[in-house]
Amino acid sequence: MAFVIAPEAPLPLWLSALDAQMHRSPGFFETRPVIVDFAALNPNDPGTDTLIAALESRGLSVIDVENAGDIPSADPWRRRLVGGRDTGVANLPTEAVPASKPADEPTPAASLVLDDPIRSGQSVLFLKGDVTANGFVSSGAEILASGSIHIYGALRGRAIAGALGDANARIFCQKFEAELVSIDGYYLTADDFDPALRGRAVQIRLLNDALSITPLG
Amino acid sequence: MAKVVVVTSGKGGVGKTTSTAALGAALAQGGERVVVVDFDVGLRNLDLVMGAERRVVFDLINVIQGDAKLTQALIRDKRLDNLMLLPASQTRDKDALTGEGVARVIAELRQTFDWVLCDSPAGIERGALLAMHHADIAVVVTNPEVSSVRDSDRIIGMLDSKTERAERGERIEKHLLLTRYDPVRAKRGDMLTVEDVLEILSIPLLGIIPESQEVLRASNVGSPVTLNAPVSAPARAYSDAVRRLRGETVDMSIPFDKIGLVARLFGRRVA
Repeated sequence: MAFVIAPEAPLPLWLSALDAQMHRSPGFFETRPVIVDFAALNPNDPGTDTLIAALESRGLSVIDVENAGDIPSADPWRRRLVGGRDTGVANLPTEAVPASKPADEPTPAASLVLDDPIRSGQSVLFLKGDVTANGFVSSGAEILASGSIHIYGALRGRAIAGALGDANARIFCQKFEAELVSIDGYYLTADDFDPALRGRAVQIRLLNDALSITPLG
Repeated sequence: MAKVVVVTSGKGGVGKTTSTAALGAALAQGGERVVVVDFDVGLRNLDLVMGAERRVVFDLINVIQGDAKLTQALIRDKRLDNLMLLPASQTRDKDALTGEGVARVIAELRQTFDWVLCDSPAGIERGALLAMHHADIAVVVTNPEVSSVRDSDRIIGMLDSKTERAERGERIEKHLLLTRYDPVRAKRGDMLTVEDVLEILSIPLLGIIPESQEVLRASNVGSPVTLNAPVSAPARAYSDAVRRLRGETVDMSIPFDKIGLVARLFGRRVA
């Protein structure tokens, strides 16, 4: 899914609003391609010729332009994607990231720790690193992580590690009763598991393009 | 302080309505003021189980829409003066329930009663969510059977995220009521055991209601089993559950119906 953004004059003000939004929800644009709609802009508005450069410098990946008319700086991006469907206005996350740290401080390794059990029907999606679950993961529940998944309880649902593509991601659990496990797109379902591993503490990793499940300890 | 209890399960047919009636009657037998509220709009049953179906004039939807006063819709139990029923509407559907209307009715009931028991519809949609929304305590009714357990697990997740208490960052008190339990079949492996269910759901056990003919018999004559057959095994189990709900510590046991040796042998063969 691509985002269509429609900048408005005055551009310096619009860009600072974008900065504020990106500060509140870092990573929001990280995996999404962007289409720039020039409809609300006039070629003479200050900053129009450098707009795309300004967006790219913020880490946005511009893939196309719309309504760019005779704005020369937009030429390299005229790909004319067709067949796009309008999916409505995107809901930007509104809650601010608590207590933003000074930029020069190193950011800690991203991980998510879950203290409550993950119940049937619940889905935990974390695409910035590892997930640690302190309780169980029920049948019909799932954890998706870009990194590894650690479960200090029974895994009865699904665990999907390396979800953005990471062959080094692993899954650990205290009690293995899973419905499905997956690393880097490779998956196994309960039918494929060795019955001897059921109920045991196991480690799951990707070895030679195959999932390997071994008892821990 | 009034306590609002939701009796819920996710899955249908596990005994929510029967349990609401039995728990409500047992609470009322202790002298407290109790109201049982049927949230199953469109598929109302609590009036039948309570034996009040011939006296329904106004219902929950009438009160929510302002067509009737709460006092006009409440039906007093014929056996216990301090037990009331607020029936659901059979001709409407769950869309007629509004969040604001339910909030108003529950707030009003809190002022008059010690216990407000809400009988939730099955499912995880609007009706079930509104029934649980204002609850302080949830009684999760579960059969010792995998599909019921998984659905209860789903409901517990919703109790922890979609109720008013959860939205305030507080915890809702959750209890497991295991119904239709047959120790013989559990031992044979035909049924999940109490331990299996507790391990999966990991919430405190409120009671174990044994499978019994008395429950069906009571429903059919329109009387909560705790009133209809107070010394029967299920009635004793519900009474124990009510004592635990009040905060008493009661040893957990599975009451049995006293049956003769011949009947027991015969019963086993049939099962």
